[in-house]
Amino acid sequence: MKAYLGVDVGSVSTNLVLMEENGESIAGDVYIRTLGRPIEAIQEGMKKLSQQVEGQDIEVRGVGTTGSARNLSGVIVGADVVKNEITAHATAAINVEPTVQTIMEIGGQDSKIILLRNGIVTDFAMNTVCAAGTGSFLDQQAARLNIPIEEFGEYALLSKYPVRIAGRCSVFAESDMVHKQQMGHKTEDLIAGLSQALVRNYLNNVGKGKEILPPVFFQGGVAANEGIKKAFEEELGFEVIVPRYFHIMGALGAAILAKNEVEKNGIKTKFKGFGVSRINYTVSSFECKGCPNLCEVININVDDSLICRWGGRCGKWEYNE
Amino acid sequence: MKFSFPHMGTSHVAFKYLLENLGYEVINPPTPSKKTITLGARYSPEFACMPFKVLLGTYMEVLDKGAEAIVTSGGIGPCRAGFYGVLHEKILKDMGYDFKMIILDPPLYDIKEFFNTVSLLRPKKIGWRGFINVVKDSWAKLCALDEMEKEANLVRAYEVNKGDTTKKVNEIIEVIDAASTRKEIMGLQEKSISMLHEVPQNKLRKPLKIGLIGEIYVVIEPFMNYDIERLLGEMGVIVHRSIYVTEYTRHTIWDRKAEDYIKEAAKPYLELMIGGHGVNSVGETILYAQDGYDGVIQLAPFTCIPEIVSKSILVKVSEDYGIPVLTLHIDEQTGEAGIRTRIEAFLDLLHQKRSLSGKEGMAK
Repeated sequence: MKAYLGVDVGSVSTNLVLMEENGESIAGDVYIRTLGRPIEAIQEGMKKLSQQVEGQDIEVRGVGTTGSARNLSGVIVGADVVKNEITAHATAAINVEPTVQTIMEIGGQDSKIILLRNGIVTDFAMNTVCAAGTGSFLDQQAARLNIPIEEFGEYALLSKYPVRIAGRCSVFAESDMVHKQQMGHKTEDLIAGLSQALVRNYLNNVGKGKEILPPVFFQGGVAANEGIKKAFEEELGFEVIVPRYFHIMGALGAAILAKNEVEKNGIKTKFKGFGVSRINYTVSSFECKGCPNLCEVININVDDSLICRWGGRCGKWEYNE
Repeated sequence: MKFSFPHMGTSHVAFKYLLENLGYEVINPPTPSKKTITLGARYSPEFACMPFKVLLGTYMEVLDKGAEAIVTSGGIGPCRAGFYGVLHEKILKDMGYDFKMIILDPPLYDIKEFFNTVSLLRPKKIGWRGFINVVKDSWAKLCALDEMEKEANLVRAYEVNKGDTTKKVNEIIEVIDAASTRKEIMGLQEKSISMLHEVPQNKLRKPLKIGLIGEIYVVIEPFMNYDIERLLGEMGVIVHRSIYVTEYTRHTIWDRKAEDYIKEAAKPYLELMIGGHGVNSVGETILYAQDGYDGVIQLAPFTCIPEIVSKSILVKVSEDYGIPVLTLHIDEQTGEAGIRTRIEAFLDLLHQKRSLSGKEGMAK
C-alpha cells in the first residue's frame, strides 16, 4: 500500500499519521506527549506507528512535517515538505469539508483562527501575548482540581449554574477560580465557568474582528473537551463541528501537503524509513561569541557526525547535510 | 567632544561622515543586539515601547565607550516618542552618566529652536558655507544608502544563490562608508546600483509583492524586525518599505507636504492626526492595494497606540480593497519562531489568493 506520512510535533503533543494514497483512509495514527523531548517523541511515535502497520506492505511515498518542531522533525524523518501549522490545519480541514469557512484550533501553547472562503485561506490570527485558554492551562487546572483531563469536559456538561471566571489572563483566571472555589461553588460549575471564560478570551483576542461563519471546525487537542465545544456553540449561536481526526489534523494536513508536493514535482521521497527510531541522535549547543547577540547554536549529530545545525541570527552556522 | 547617535538601519554611515567632517570624534553606535535590549529593558519603564528600550540600551553602550554627546531626534507628538530624548536623558543622568543630549525637534514646529540646535553642532572654525557642504555630502551618502536598499529589495527576490544580495549590500556599505571626495560621493548612487546588478538573478520568477508599513523605527532597523526585508526577500518576495530615513527627513525638515498624498488616501477612513505613522499605515495600505501589491505587513511595537488604532482600521481597509494585512506586534518578548510561522502562513495565503485570481505575473 502506498501512503504518506505526516508528522506534527508541537509543544505538548506529537502526532503522526499515515494517510493512504486516496487521501481519505488512515492506515495508522499516533498521538503522544512531547514532554519537552521532541527527538525522543518522534522516535517513539515512529516506533508506535510502525508497530500499528506491522505486517502490511507500506510504501511511504512522501513525508510532511509541521508544528513548532517542524524543522527538527523534518531533519529526523527526512521530510519532503516542511510547513507551518496554519497551512497544515487548513489543508486538512478543506480535505474533510471543502466548504469549511472557519477553523478554530486550540493546541497546547497556542491557539489560532483561520478564515477560509471558497476553499482558500483568506485571513488568520494566532494568540499574541497570552496563552490563557490553551491546552497547557487546562491541563494545569485539571491537575489542580485532581480531575483527569479526559473527564474535564464531561464535568462542564453537568453544570447547571456556571460560575463567572475572569478569563483575561491565565494567572488571574486561576486566582479567580481559587476564590470561587473557596466560596463553596461546585467543581462542575467552576469547570463550566472556566470553559466559558476561555471561549470568551479566545473570541475576544484571537477571533477579534474576524467574521466567524459556519461551517466552523474546532480542532486541536482541546477540541476533545465537550465543555469547551458547548461553550463555543452557546457563544456563537450555531453548531461547531469537531472533525473525526480533530487531534491529528495538523499531521494529516502535513501528509496531504507531502502528497501534493511529491505528485506535483514528481520527486522521490527523502523519507529515512521507520528505522530512525533506532538511530542515536545527540544534540549539543553552544553560545556563539562572534557578536553581542550571543546566539545559541544547536548541533544535531548522528553518532559522531553532524547532520544539521541552526540557531544563529546571521546564518553563518547554518548547515544541513 | 565625542559624539554618538542612535543606530537606524544603515544611516549611521552618513551620520558618522557628517560629524567626523565637522571635526568631531564619533563613537559609532553598535548594531543593536541582545545585549542592547537587555540593558535598555532593565532601565526602561516596562510599558515603554521597544524602540525606547533599544535606544536607551544603545545610549548606554556608546556612553560606556566614551561618548560625551548624543544627537537624537525629537518630535511634536501625539506619539510619545517625541519625549523619548528628554526622558532618556533623565534616566541616563539618574544612572550617573555625564553627557550632553542634543535633541533636534522638527524645524517646521519651531524654526528658531532648530537653528539654535544645529548651530550648536557647527564648530566655530567651520564657516556656514563649509558646514552646508558637509551636510550636502552626508545627505548624498544617505540618499545613496536608501536607493541602494530599495534596489536590493528588488534584486533579492530574484537572486539565484540565496544570500548573494545581502553579501553585496555589505560590500556596498563599505564603499559608501569609504567615499571621501565630492566626486566619489556624487557617483555613489549609480555605482551601488550597478554593483547590485552584478548579483546573478533569475528573472523568470514571479515574486509576490509585499508592502511593509508601520512605526518608523521597527520598520527601518533590521534588529527590531528580525531582518524582515532579508527574510522575505530570501523567501522570494519583493518587499517595498514604506519609509526611509531620507523621506522622513525631507518631510519633517523642509517639505511638510511630501506625505500629503498618503494622508489624502487615508482620509475616507481616518482624518485625524493620531501621531507616529498611524495615518500613514492606513494610507499606504490603500496605495499598495491600488498598485497591485499582493499583501501588506504592518510592524507595530507592542503598546504603540498609533499602530493599534490603525490596526483596527486596517481590518476594514483590507476588506474593502481585498488586500490581506498581517500585523506583527514586536517587543523584547517576541519569539522569532512565532514571527516566522505567521510570515510563512501569510505567504501561503498570498500565493493561494494569487493563483485563484489568475493574477500571476500581473503584479507590477
